[in-house]
Amino acid sequence: MTMVADRPEGIEEAAVATPEFEKAAERAASRRGFLLSLPAYAYLVLFFAVPLGIVMIYSFATRNRFGGTDLSGWNLNAYRKLGEPIVRDILFRSLWLAILTTLICLVVAYPFAYFIATRTPLVRNLMLVFVMIPFWTNFLVRNYAWRVLLGNDGLFTNISEALGLGERELLFTTSAVVIGLVYGFLPFMVLPLYASIERIDLSLVEASRDLYASGFQTFRRVLLPLSMPGVIAGSILVFVPSLGAYVTPEILGGAKTTLLGSYIVTQFLTARNWPVGASLSFVLMSVMLVATLVYFRTGGRNL
Amino acid sequence: MSDRGDHQVSDQIAAVKLTAITKRFGSVVAVDNVDLEIADGEFFALLGPSGCGKTTTLRMVAGLEFPTEGSLKIFGDEAGTLPPNKRPVNTVFQDYALFPHMTVEANVAFGLKMQRVAKHEIAGRVQEAISLVRLEGLEQRRSQQLSGGQRQRVALARALVNRPKVLLLDEPLGALDLKLRQEMQGELKALQREVGITFVFVTHDQEEALTMADRIGVMNEGELLQVGTPAEIYEHPVNRFVANFIGQTNLLDASVVSNDTVCLANGVHIPGKSDLPVGTRVAVCLRPERAGMHPPEEVPADQQSVVGRLESVTYLGNALVYTVVLDWARLEVRRENQPGGYRPHVGEEVAVSWTLDAISVVRA
Repeated sequence: MTMVADRPEGIEEAAVATPEFEKAAERAASRRGFLLSLPAYAYLVLFFAVPLGIVMIYSFATRNRFGGTDLSGWNLNAYRKLGEPIVRDILFRSLWLAILTTLICLVVAYPFAYFIATRTPLVRNLMLVFVMIPFWTNFLVRNYAWRVLLGNDGLFTNISEALGLGERELLFTTSAVVIGLVYGFLPFMVLPLYASIERIDLSLVEASRDLYASGFQTFRRVLLPLSMPGVIAGSILVFVPSLGAYVTPEILGGAKTTLLGSYIVTQFLTARNWPVGASLSFVLMSVMLVATLVYFRTGGRNL
Repeated sequence: MSDRGDHQVSDQIAAVKLTAITKRFGSVVAVDNVDLEIADGEFFALLGPSGCGKTTTLRMVAGLEFPTEGSLKIFGDEAGTLPPNKRPVNTVFQDYALFPHMTVEANVAFGLKMQRVAKHEIAGRVQEAISLVRLEGLEQRRSQQLSGGQRQRVALARALVNRPKVLLLDEPLGALDLKLRQEMQGELKALQREVGITFVFVTHDQEEALTMADRIGVMNEGELLQVGTPAEIYEHPVNRFVANFIGQTNLLDASVVSNDTVCLANGVHIPGKSDLPVGTRVAVCLRPERAGMHPPEEVPADQQSVVGRLESVTYLGNALVYTVVLDWARLEVRRENQPGGYRPHVGEEVAVSWTLDAISVVRA
């Protein structure tokens, strides 16, 4: 990011240009850039980096007998506890659900994003607005709405009964959680996919068809590779929040399927085992960090 | 080569045959009832201004658009409703449409791979195509690392490697600068002779069409106005539009008096052959380089002439262009820049003259 160089202070008159003047002007520009971004930096350090540091410190601390945490006797016990079957099962279940959610989102969103990207600009913008409309309602409210839809006397059970499939209980199952997660995060898949498909020159599709490729081959060999940045970006944007999801599993999943988010909350609030909650948070965070790095390395910079 | 158009489409099956082809986009008629036959081995140009329907016509042959009505045959087989991957034609796209995520080699191999040609055969044919367009050594480059001319060649190789029965080219030289374009014109022509495949190319550049094509089809507003060899089109345009679009021309308003006489707008009767009905409004087409110029009283007896005032002289180096103004018309006369000869000055009265075979009478 370069900024138009401002005249450094102290030189008011028009004068012959010198290398010193040029350097001073560059320094002035970079100083101004720093000053302009200072509020954002300060905010992030204060409310993100510092709390994160606190969480990290707690993850190495010891839980005492009274449910408090002693900031002494640093150890890795909390991390060792993550290897126990209960925690491991929760970790794998969360991972599996996040992967499943991501895959479903990808399969549902890709044709839709392609459809939007190939419309006229007016229709395109209209459809993008439709994709965004759910965000106008609070996430929590929407999850409770799903509770009604999936519930005992909800739309889905009624349909299933009407079709003669019997009274299917969906609410408080893993399926309900996946449905809710897909619903909640689908726009995060659609938008980056749309952005990268929209940038593909559609004459490449024509060229591929002209060169004897079928519709599916054209997708496999031309569209998919060229929209890979969008696929990766969308997958990470869905995978990361799905992995740490708390609200949706809590509302739609009931007590039977504990996931990572709920488990962490339980550790902090109910079990009063802050070190374990902190260590799990940290492991989760590093998985997300790796995912984000992958995103930036492979395609993020194109978006 | 020059008589190519005369023995067109007689005994053999046409490479491409359009019969009453119409294409409508909503209420817009892009191609209007076009009949056209393109012979096997021909280098055919579809020429016209932008929006005239030439690209739509080409895309219908490629299968990228389906005709609204009419029959489209490729080597005798009805193909109008086949998808592009089921037609024995390949296209060189306007901006080449090279796959940016593939190397030159992979681009060229794409069509063969899709046709499931055996691996060892693909390698050989790709190499052959790459050397045909002289791109050896650039096999591993990506299209972003190539110049415009090189991309053009990749696009050509990528299409030709499939040995299509017809090669379609959509403004193939449009994206190149003038010098390269002229170079590629010659190369394309030589290439076509070498591979012997029917080439159909779309262009809005009349010079390009005249230089390269065996035959030209001139289109305007969805209609195919005239099909013929470059000489036929240049020398005997069917109407005012064609006369104007191909080359520079002077058009003198006139009307038909008899089958060998027309009446110019100034009331003078001059010889001019046409088979149009008496009274039809026509234009006498006089090419600037075919017009003569003399002092008004020295016009040779066998030539017709009109007298006007010399308004300006444009010096082109190898030629001079004189603009002569009459009270009912304005004429351009192009003279080779040779020593001696008649050199009138601006403001003088001059006679612009022509022999009977220098003009053609066209529909107004």
